[in-house]
Amino acid sequence: MNTRINLAGIEMKNPVTVASGTFGYGREFSEFFDLSKLGGIITKGTSLKPRSGNKPTRVCETASGMLNSIGLQNPGVEYFAENDLPFLRKFDTAIIVNACGSTVEEYVELCKILNTLDIDGVELNLSCPNVKAGCMAFGNTYEGVKHVTSEVRKVLDKPLIVKLTPNVTDIAAIAKGVEDGGADGVSLINTLLGMKIDINTRKPVLANNTGGLSGPAIKPVAVRMVYQVAQAVNIPILGMGGIVNSDDAIEFMLAGATAISIGAGNFISPYTSVDTVDGIEEYMKKHNIDDINDIIGKVQMN
Amino acid sequence: MPKQVNAKLIKKEEIIENIYKFSVKAPEIVESAKPGNFIEIRVTEGTEPFLRRPISIYNLDKENGILEFIFQVKGKGTEILAKKEEGNDIDIIGPLGHGTFKFDKYKNIAVIGGGIGIFPLYELSKQAKQNNVKVNCYLGFRNKDFVMLEKEFEEVTDKLIITTDDGTYKNKGFAIDYLKDDMEHEKYECIYACGPLPMLRAVQKYAIENNIDCQLSLEEKMACGLGVCLGCAVKTAKSPKDAPEYWHVCKGGPVFNAKDVEI
Repeated sequence: MNTRINLAGIEMKNPVTVASGTFGYGREFSEFFDLSKLGGIITKGTSLKPRSGNKPTRVCETASGMLNSIGLQNPGVEYFAENDLPFLRKFDTAIIVNACGSTVEEYVELCKILNTLDIDGVELNLSCPNVKAGCMAFGNTYEGVKHVTSEVRKVLDKPLIVKLTPNVTDIAAIAKGVEDGGADGVSLINTLLGMKIDINTRKPVLANNTGGLSGPAIKPVAVRMVYQVAQAVNIPILGMGGIVNSDDAIEFMLAGATAISIGAGNFISPYTSVDTVDGIEEYMKKHNIDDINDIIGKVQMN
Repeated sequence: MPKQVNAKLIKKEEIIENIYKFSVKAPEIVESAKPGNFIEIRVTEGTEPFLRRPISIYNLDKENGILEFIFQVKGKGTEILAKKEEGNDIDIIGPLGHGTFKFDKYKNIAVIGGGIGIFPLYELSKQAKQNNVKVNCYLGFRNKDFVMLEKEFEEVTDKLIITTDDGTYKNKGFAIDYLKDDMEHEKYECIYACGPLPMLRAVQKYAIENNIDCQLSLEEKMACGLGVCLGCAVKTAKSPKDAPEYWHVCKGGPVFNAKDVEI
């Protein structure tokens, strides 16, 4: 039985990764299980310089999900390279750095540094809904996505995956910009922009008023978008959005994802990701699937 | 190191209306838990409600591996939790939090709590007293209907002052005013506080102005409880005005030195 996949040039022992911002830099979860069991780890969104993030309240629960407005709080790439990367490298799993910036120049400078580090790939974050400049500002047009992608491509030899926002009208057209910009893969979806109002205070619960919605509530939207993107581009897809078990993961793979990420699902149990790895194997046994690659994009449309 | 366990509920008690004390068998957690640590509870196997509930630890029975926590039924999560019966398993992660109550260098301390914030102060008082620290305790409640755990706190403190805002039980007024009165002759080396934000702010201000060590147990809306989501941000006191810097309740706290945080 083969569970190995190749995502955008990154070899992984299985298609299960953990999503940026839901797993830190791995230390906390390493107290619960051996991180080598995962196909890959996408790090917390990391920027050129440290970022302090948004003021609280930053998170709140919603129906089968949650809103967050963290604002990309992170210690910066230098700190990551010195303190977190050596730790992550102790494990036999792919390390993909989620890279975020405010300007094209910042993305390029950051990726120049990332290109020199011992990492397996970069997930370019063009989709955080919680910071004023950058990210989503580039992520919602074909031209914007293509431009940043191609500028980063010039300085990055490592596998490049671009993470898209779902807060657009035509996700397939934007994904085309990723492919035309020269990226090796595309990941989707980031969170859906949402809002929750406290009916007693009449104020939004989040200090930033709006935030990104994640969790099972967004899964059908994510599956639909992965399917649409799979029809539009030839580069592999890292699919995510509300996955909490192996059934969800298989659904994304059938829709066209080569690999998947567990995001908010990591918060309900520290074992969600490893349980998903085991569950995929059980599914393969039950359905006599020898190679996990055989199910990618194999949804049979009505 | 935190563990995820399915802990058996061995005793359930509604101590006052809508407030429950649960005793669970969780030796794996109790073993390494410290006063001030908290736990996160998943109240359902499904995804609704989605997140775990952070709840402070009330009492650690190290000998029998029993952990006790107390919670108020406030929303759908705690409603489900309150329906658990003795014998049921409860999915708990703990102990969580890195900043815990420290009393090693003191001989004479004051503990102050308000309302449902008093719970984590019990284990602190108990352990401090066991270590020959003199513990005076000030607990404030809204009115007589909300007074709880008087006998329990009496057993683990040298002096217990109960106050009610409206004077319907024992001393009338705010707990902090009674603490301040005693300060003149007691000379407490450290004040420990947990409770509503206005109380914490008043304690923090008093301690800093009078140069007394002070440890505050804080809360903030939380998602992971493990230190990865960075949701439960709390502003650091040394933050430049235009560039706030944040720690996290689950990572740096929940217990912080009063002079280190802006609340």
